[in-house]
Amino acid sequence: MLGHANALVKLAATLALTFFGLLLVTFLIGRVVPIDPVLAAVGDRASAAVYERARIEMGLDLPLWQQFLIYVQKVLTGDFGQSVLTAQPVLSDIARVFPATLELATVATFLGVLFGVPMGVIAAVHQGRWPDQVIRLLGLIGYSVPIFWLGLVALLVFYAKLQIVPGPGRLDIFYDDLVPWVTGVLLIDAALARNWIVWQNALSHLVLPSAILGYFSLAYISRMTRSLMLEQLRQEYILTARVKGLSETRVIWRHALGNTAVPLITVIALSYANLLEGSVLTEIIFAWPGLGFYITNSLLSADMNAVLGGTIVVGSVFIAINLLSDVLYRTLDPRAR
Amino acid sequence: MRHLTLTLLLGAALVSIAPADRSLAATPPDAFVQAMTIDDIISLDPAEIFEFSGAEYGAQVYDRLITYPVDDVEDIQGHVAESWEISEDGKTYVFQIRDGITFHSGNPLTAEDVAFSLRRVVELDMSPAFILTQFGFSADNVEEKIRATGPLEVTIEVDQAYAPTFFLYCLTAGVGSVVDKELVMANEVDGDLGYAWLKTNSAGSGPFSLRAWRPNESLTLDSNPDYWKGAPAMTRVITRHIAEAATQQLLLEQGDIDVARNLGPDQVAALEGNADIEVKAVPKGALYYLGLNQKNEYLAKPEVRQALKYLVPYQELADTVLKGAAEVHQAFLPKGFLGALEETPFSLDVERAKELLAEAGLPDGFSVTMDVRSISPVTEMAQAIQAVWAEAGIELELIPGDGAQTLTKYRARNHDIYIGRWGPDYQDPHTNADTFARNPDNSDDAQSKPLAWRNAWDIPEMTAMADAAVLERDAAERAAMYIEIQKLHQETSPFVIMFQDIETIAERTNVEGTIWGPSFDDNRYWQITKN
Repeated sequence: MLGHANALVKLAATLALTFFGLLLVTFLIGRVVPIDPVLAAVGDRASAAVYERARIEMGLDLPLWQQFLIYVQKVLTGDFGQSVLTAQPVLSDIARVFPATLELATVATFLGVLFGVPMGVIAAVHQGRWPDQVIRLLGLIGYSVPIFWLGLVALLVFYAKLQIVPGPGRLDIFYDDLVPWVTGVLLIDAALARNWIVWQNALSHLVLPSAILGYFSLAYISRMTRSLMLEQLRQEYILTARVKGLSETRVIWRHALGNTAVPLITVIALSYANLLEGSVLTEIIFAWPGLGFYITNSLLSADMNAVLGGTIVVGSVFIAINLLSDVLYRTLDPRAR
Repeated sequence: MRHLTLTLLLGAALVSIAPADRSLAATPPDAFVQAMTIDDIISLDPAEIFEFSGAEYGAQVYDRLITYPVDDVEDIQGHVAESWEISEDGKTYVFQIRDGITFHSGNPLTAEDVAFSLRRVVELDMSPAFILTQFGFSADNVEEKIRATGPLEVTIEVDQAYAPTFFLYCLTAGVGSVVDKELVMANEVDGDLGYAWLKTNSAGSGPFSLRAWRPNESLTLDSNPDYWKGAPAMTRVITRHIAEAATQQLLLEQGDIDVARNLGPDQVAALEGNADIEVKAVPKGALYYLGLNQKNEYLAKPEVRQALKYLVPYQELADTVLKGAAEVHQAFLPKGFLGALEETPFSLDVERAKELLAEAGLPDGFSVTMDVRSISPVTEMAQAIQAVWAEAGIELELIPGDGAQTLTKYRARNHDIYIGRWGPDYQDPHTNADTFARNPDNSDDAQSKPLAWRNAWDIPEMTAMADAAVLERDAAERAAMYIEIQKLHQETSPFVIMFQDIETIAERTNVEGTIWGPSFDDNRYWQITKN
């Protein structure tokens, strides 16, 4: 019992320390970059008086440690400040952009797992023979071709030439604002509103960008599955199972794959977390108003409130997904119980 | 193997969910849809708007006191003001306000709204406020200097007998927008004159009103069916933020948008021969120039400054890198401005430059750096210049950086050479004279820091000339004074002015009646129709 409480305290302390470190490092980087944040706020043409007033309002005349203290204080009370770029509270900005990224990343990861895991298994079973080579080639392309190029070419082929998918954006322009904003995830919001036309439109807009991102994560997941499977297939229990006369399908898909589940979940979780940070280039090409685009834009304008807010969200997501995969790990692996 | 087939089938099924019937995407007949980069918008309050996209928004939603036709900027006309009179001493302006204009809220537009709007700009004192405060208004005196002297009469007193064109042109800028006093003050918080509210809302009388602004995503306007000059044919205008030029091109070709605003030379070339799309070239007021910091010992030599002006491949750049996105222009007033000097005395001449460098005592050249924003076409221009300078023995090191980063360095005068783009703030020649040819105080802690200051160019005589031009009340005489200043500037200044911007706009041919003027707040949507 005591050990349990101890572990919890330890976990909480680690979390707090991680967050604090995250804040401090981001804050310092934001302050040492040779970009003047006041300039981003008031523009190049502002008079000296306007400039000075904005500098004081932003608290930039105070010593650095004091600025940091004030910031941490505010964050603890849930106030992330205002974004200079959008003139909106950072929290509401993030609430607006994060669902877009969440939707894209979730569908992409789903596709990545759906195709990546079976491909990895097949590659491992046919190690060194042609299915393995084909899958390796596919993976290599997914991993090494720049994603913005892939995105543009896909748009050119499937949108411009074949016209089977709609263009960039989350919806056709005229479906905007048709369903009430509940979660920000359009597939869910449209389903809640029972507006299936918008739902289908949102889905059709998701196909291309999520396929591109999904391909990217497929490449990673299939490689990892393959090597995990190879390791399992060499184990003696596989031999035992075969000797017992179990069907090959059962041996591979049940016994071997079942035993790779635990490390595989970590792999999938990590790749999901990566996508949740927002894939900047994909978001730009597909005019997808997501988190990666938002943070990058803010960073380039020294909009520190927005960058810090975004970083905290990304950090939280990483920590949450790690915790989640930890929990899954414990439930799936009898030894960890 | 069975499983591979299965997964492939699943994939095919997933893709086929997308509706197959997308043969002819088209925008609705009563809506105008454009793709444009609008991430520069930081506020929708006309007292604060100072960015290109924001200015264009303000021009659709708000009416201004006076205006000019985009094809003849010298013809200043009344808009909200029906007429005006200027006193003998040139210091008092009395405007008669047009009767019968109503705001989107239904409130009638009165002289009090006009006076309130102008005073509000001065009292809030945001970035563009100087366009008004340069006439002697301050928060302390504006109550008595700008006032409604009748239900439809506004009287304004300026502090000196300026050229009337100067004051009137300044009122054509965004700060001359009339806001709905009653609505704005109903949303006031802690005496902020409605600033926090108007940043993201609209209170105008123009042809369109704001429907929704989603930063970095879209800006949607609804038409004002009761607009006093006639209801727009388009009931909705949607501007979508599309950062990638190639994506804009695709959307335009597919007919998912009516107009693409940010195509590069590559995209324009690709659209050539497409019968559904017309590409328009609209000269804008922005200039591309090199700023030579006079704190650098080499660049401070007059012969070196002169030599560098002969070391730009003007025509080659215009023909290749810029390909129609800019034209050669070498004076600080862009074409279309009162008194603009259109002569281009400099062309690429490496031999002449070498002679000048020898005269300066630098026959073997020198080394110098240039801060370059990492965007097209600035990077390509800088690279071309670098190659040419090498021929004359000048070793130019390019320092790439993001916009805010290079600008921070430039404003601190820590650069050697800065390659920049400058757009005028309002339609009067003083806007550029004020920054390129005036430097009242060259000390490091100067109050005003114009471009001449940023390049540490100390010019008391030219400053006096520019100050005199502002007070000349005869327009022709005034234009002659600017010509004289520009000629002197062209020969001696540490500014290598190279090009004037041309905005390239690609429209689908079924769209008619777009108005694209010399500045972004001259762009108008209200006469757009579609076939």
